[in-house]
Amino acid sequence: MRTLRWKIAGHALALLATVLLGGFLSATLVRLAPGFDADEQELDPHLNAQSLQALREARQRENNIFRFYFTYMKRAAHGELGTSLSLGQPVRTLLRDRAPLTLRLLSMGLGLAWLLTLTLALSAAWLRLSVYDTLTTVVSGTFLCLPAAVLALFSVLWNVPGSLAIALIVFPHTYRYARNLLVKAYSSPHIVTARAKGLGEARILFWHVVPVVAPQLLAVAGVSVSMAVGAAIPVEALCGLAGIGQLAWQAALARDLPLLVNITILVTLVTLLANSGADVIGCVVQRQEA
Amino acid sequence: MSLGRKLACVVLGIVLAASAAANWLAPAGYAKQYREATDAAPSRAHWLGTDDLGRDRFARVLYGTRISLLLAPAAALLSTLMAALIGGLAGYLGGAWARLAMAVTDLFLSLPWLFLLITARALMPLNVSPVVSVLVTFMLLGLLGWTTAARVLCATAGSLRMSDFLRQARAAGISGRRLFWVHVIPNLKPVLYAQFWISIPVFILSEANLGILGLGVAEPMPSWGSLLKELEGLVSVGEEPWKFVPLVLLVVVVTSFQFLLSKQEEVAA
Repeated sequence: MRTLRWKIAGHALALLATVLLGGFLSATLVRLAPGFDADEQELDPHLNAQSLQALREARQRENNIFRFYFTYMKRAAHGELGTSLSLGQPVRTLLRDRAPLTLRLLSMGLGLAWLLTLTLALSAAWLRLSVYDTLTTVVSGTFLCLPAAVLALFSVLWNVPGSLAIALIVFPHTYRYARNLLVKAYSSPHIVTARAKGLGEARILFWHVVPVVAPQLLAVAGVSVSMAVGAAIPVEALCGLAGIGQLAWQAALARDLPLLVNITILVTLVTLLANSGADVIGCVVQRQEA
Repeated sequence: MSLGRKLACVVLGIVLAASAAANWLAPAGYAKQYREATDAAPSRAHWLGTDDLGRDRFARVLYGTRISLLLAPAAALLSTLMAALIGGLAGYLGGAWARLAMAVTDLFLSLPWLFLLITARALMPLNVSPVVSVLVTFMLLGLLGWTTAARVLCATAGSLRMSDFLRQARAAGISGRRLFWVHVIPNLKPVLYAQFWISIPVFILSEANLGILGLGVAEPMPSWGSLLKELEGLVSVGEEPWKFVPLVLLVVVVTSFQFLLSKQEEVAA
């Protein structure tokens, strides 16, 4: 129990460090971005000399990077993430509008990828046919050799949903690990004995294999979230899906640093949470087994 | 050596030789425009046709292959050196240094690679000369791709730190710096070689992704990424199959690397 608590505390600390470090990095980048010192308001002919002076003084106060960081974090804590330079809209609004589509795309893509992974890996471990094993390895290897953006282009060309493209990008990575884990688990002496004693395949799987491979598979599941999030950029950008990935791509092309850095921090937090969650669940499963 | 590996070596050798001989094999330079024959189908004059700007596609494929196959190993070398320095040093020093280095490495590893890459690429000027854009793209790949290798090297160097020969060397009064450069790094060589080879196909694919998204090598310089961008305008696969040649070449080369790497991955693990 104590180890688990330490693990959770460690992950929470890592998340906090990421937020603080990421926040500092984004504040620094935004502060140093070209054009930060210029203010369009100064071009307003209606402003008198006093107002202009007040504007300049306000901007002068932000010159200190640490003070700027403090203000930035204070605003971020209240949900104010600044305004996109290229789209002219608050970053928060942009993220809120686009997040549902990305979440749907990722959850469907990951679901499909894991369905494919487990089906093929389990059948490879059950059948133990070298021809079948070679075939599945060749299929996953072929997808591994294709750039994610090319798979996204093919999904446009063949009019298939973007979630399938994400699944095919993630599947070869997860399949490799899952297949190796399951084959290794099925060849362990206690499973061979269980088989020899005539235990049913379902009982062997759920009672003897799953508890052994679950922690490692959960860790791979955590990493697969990061892979899927990365795959969302080419898929959304090339399939014309208005999600966070497309927003990041547009921000990169327009060099919209406030938007891009905020998206990257948000995405990092999501992947860190997924990895931490997988790690903690894996730890709980291991404890229950012990 | 297995048949698969022999075949992979032959394929890579042919592709490398063809790209090295691009100056003689290509009918013209990669930027030469045939304005009377834009977007032309394959012919005797243009084996793979021309692109929408009238440039010979065969020439661009040859030069693009040369750029991708020269600079991906260069980026792999950079990332391996960084991994050796960061991971190797952290493992050798151990304690708080190792924990700190691995915490940073874990943080980098949890970042989605493409997000990190496009953020870093956007920080660099996008309107630079083509040669600079090539260097910036591959340098970024090298600078950001060291994390996985660093983790492996930290673990290997950590096990070396407690080895008998290093204890003996330390007891003999050899300085820490000399220990690291003369005794630790040479013992990390097999893992370093493995990490170097593993990184090459990863960087080739990453450059291709960046190129298709318009964040890679700038025109008119060809690379596999910029050549694959042509596929964006296709309506069907069977319409202009010759446009798939760069993709087929990329898949063949990456597959050949994967065949060669199966042994290296065992060493790296």
